[in-house]
Amino acid sequence: MADFRLSAIDQQILDKVIEVGNSTTAHTRYYEDHEHETPPARLEGERGFEEVFPLFGQRQPDDTPMMTFMMAVSIARGSTSGVVRGLGLAMPSGRASGLGNAALQSAGTAEQKTKWGNLFLSMSITEPGAGSDTKAIQTTARLDGEEWVLNGDKIFVTDGVKCDGAIVWATIDKSAGRAGIKSFLVLRDAPGFELVRQEKKLGIRASDTAAYAFRDCRIPRDSLLGGDETVPKGGGSASYKGVMKTFNMTRPAVASGGVAKAKGALEFAKAALAEEGVTVDWDKSFNQRSAVEQKLIEMEADTEAATLSVLHAAWLSDTRQPNNLESSVCKAKGGEVCRTIPQAAMELLGGMSVSHDHLVEKYLRDGRISDIYEGTGQIQRLIIAREILGYSSEELT
Amino acid sequence: MITFALSEEQTMIRESLQGFAAEVLAPRARAIDEAGEMPAEVIQAGWDFGLIAASIPEAYGGGGGDRSCMTNAVVLEALGGGCASQAVAIMAPGQFVSALIDFGTEEQKAEHLPRFAGPTPVAAGLALQESQFGFAAEAQRTTATRKGNGWVLNGEKRLIPLGDQADHFLVLARDPDGDGLGAVSAFIVPRDAAGLTVTAESGSQGLKPVPKARITLNAVELPGSARLGGDAGIDAGRLVNQARIGAAAVAVGLCRQATDYALPYAKERVAFGEPIGKKQSIAFMLADMHIECETMRWMVWKAASLLEHNDPGAARASVLAQDYVRRKAIKIADDALQIFGGHGFIRDLPLEMWLRNARTLTVLDGPVSV
Repeated sequence: MADFRLSAIDQQILDKVIEVGNSTTAHTRYYEDHEHETPPARLEGERGFEEVFPLFGQRQPDDTPMMTFMMAVSIARGSTSGVVRGLGLAMPSGRASGLGNAALQSAGTAEQKTKWGNLFLSMSITEPGAGSDTKAIQTTARLDGEEWVLNGDKIFVTDGVKCDGAIVWATIDKSAGRAGIKSFLVLRDAPGFELVRQEKKLGIRASDTAAYAFRDCRIPRDSLLGGDETVPKGGGSASYKGVMKTFNMTRPAVASGGVAKAKGALEFAKAALAEEGVTVDWDKSFNQRSAVEQKLIEMEADTEAATLSVLHAAWLSDTRQPNNLESSVCKAKGGEVCRTIPQAAMELLGGMSVSHDHLVEKYLRDGRISDIYEGTGQIQRLIIAREILGYSSEELT
Repeated sequence: MITFALSEEQTMIRESLQGFAAEVLAPRARAIDEAGEMPAEVIQAGWDFGLIAASIPEAYGGGGGDRSCMTNAVVLEALGGGCASQAVAIMAPGQFVSALIDFGTEEQKAEHLPRFAGPTPVAAGLALQESQFGFAAEAQRTTATRKGNGWVLNGEKRLIPLGDQADHFLVLARDPDGDGLGAVSAFIVPRDAAGLTVTAESGSQGLKPVPKARITLNAVELPGSARLGGDAGIDAGRLVNQARIGAAAVAVGLCRQATDYALPYAKERVAFGEPIGKKQSIAFMLADMHIECETMRWMVWKAASLLEHNDPGAARASVLAQDYVRRKAIKIADDALQIFGGHGFIRDLPLEMWLRNARTLTVLDGPVSV
């Protein structure tokens, strides 16, 4: 029967994640100030997820299902005042936990998975002229003998600097629209593959973001993910759908990152206001609360609702149920609270909240991206609206 | 363990009540609302499901099933998806029964529970709301004062569901010398108690056909045994939160119903050469309605589940769910009406009724409980 309580060991794991995360607070600004470095694996004295990982061995078969629990872990981790690195080790795909790895696992052939499974792979879709509207991408791939030749520009490639290679979307037939789009695995040392620059961002500065140029970039023929070189008539290609499928599990994960920043800002505000003597009394009715108490409750309710939507989408995946719609629901909620909650936290705390003395301003800057990448809130609403109205992507644009 | 799975039994109850709500409750909702009266056969049809008797222990003639807040949340959402007013009329006696199961002494259970286990509907109501604006359960004005071994109650209670026929009221009252919810007790007050006056309410915006009564308690003297739970009393916070989440669960059902009603209309209604559902301004409203129907449900489920387990986090979860549903449900009902434009304002369609019901369910501390 529906239950929302964590087992003792799961609670212990979340507590440990938060303890480790908060212990690294002193390092938090380092990552801000060294944006153009690829950070070292670990800073001096920095604790990491390896302290948490052994506890997973004590989990019982009837504990919260794994993906669902990992969403709770992700939210706890991202809400801390520091960083908890090394989480990738706990993920099923091991070290190779890039977004591109999810695509490889979802759409690659068995041979491709064996060959590239241990590489760290980024995902390279967005172009200067094509963001959410991915079918508008202009990068081309042309078969020349036993090689594909790629030409085009890509931007906003997460981990694009530190990755071993990228899954690159390119069209093999522009006239075919979406059906012509295929994904290719391009290693960083491929001839004609250039790292143009590393972006400077509002937040998430420890995560590098790259721009790529492909100029007659030549890659082996078997680099096409899934291996299907045909362009189906009148419909999306299996390859495109295969890649889109990867977002079913990545959207909840990205949403969890947004919820985490909302939760972090909320917890900061609650602790800070408690020091000023303002706390929420759960026994008080609506009419008996101050405006600040009511605002805190609304923030907490919004954060909780977003959390539950993420857990629900992941739980569907854990229990082998379709979660395409629910992934968009949780991504929309995660995207909403990553904006509204840190903004509201600063509003409640007033002028000093902008100071670098405190981390609350950082939650706003780091969280903001969650309503943009992996599909903006507007794109999620478009997906949801199409689904519930029964419209195709051509009918509702 | 976190899971969103319903038990097999809950799934069955949910499916059968969703069918009942769609086929029986929804089609006559408008006529009942217009008439402003609740037909006896509605209450009988609901009673026949045995929803209230199911959780009464076998010793008192009931079904002996679990007393489950989660199951009640599922039941209320399913019924609320057909007609909130009928859902409330069917489930209101459950407030009295659940409170007795949760907090009653053996003697109180033996005296009152058996009559709710029979085939004939029995009306009983929770008397919580009071006349003052900004009513707060912890700051209520009805008082219970010790007199010898008994109690004297003074005050006024409003909008008591099924109060027209209730043979007993469960009256919440405060120790005048105490503070907050800890000072609130519940008293089983028979309708014929000396000093108790029952009058019909003037009418209400929403849940209009649910009979509602106002009772005044003028030095009503009760024996010591009338206090629910005896010397132990009750956890008033838990009881009030069960009522808040009960109303929220009905509201979730109502919102799903309103959203599902607006979707086909948005595909049919043409403006400027295409269905309004193809315009993002409308499509995004519908998407948001869907999003919040889903998240409201998880908020309500979590609160109901924690209340069921008497978890330390139950009060927090209840406040959060109530707050969330208060904000989102009214918006969904309101947006559904907006999508229908002028037609939503006309009483031929259910939109305006749903708006009235949504507002009522989100400002009145529950006329039903989980």
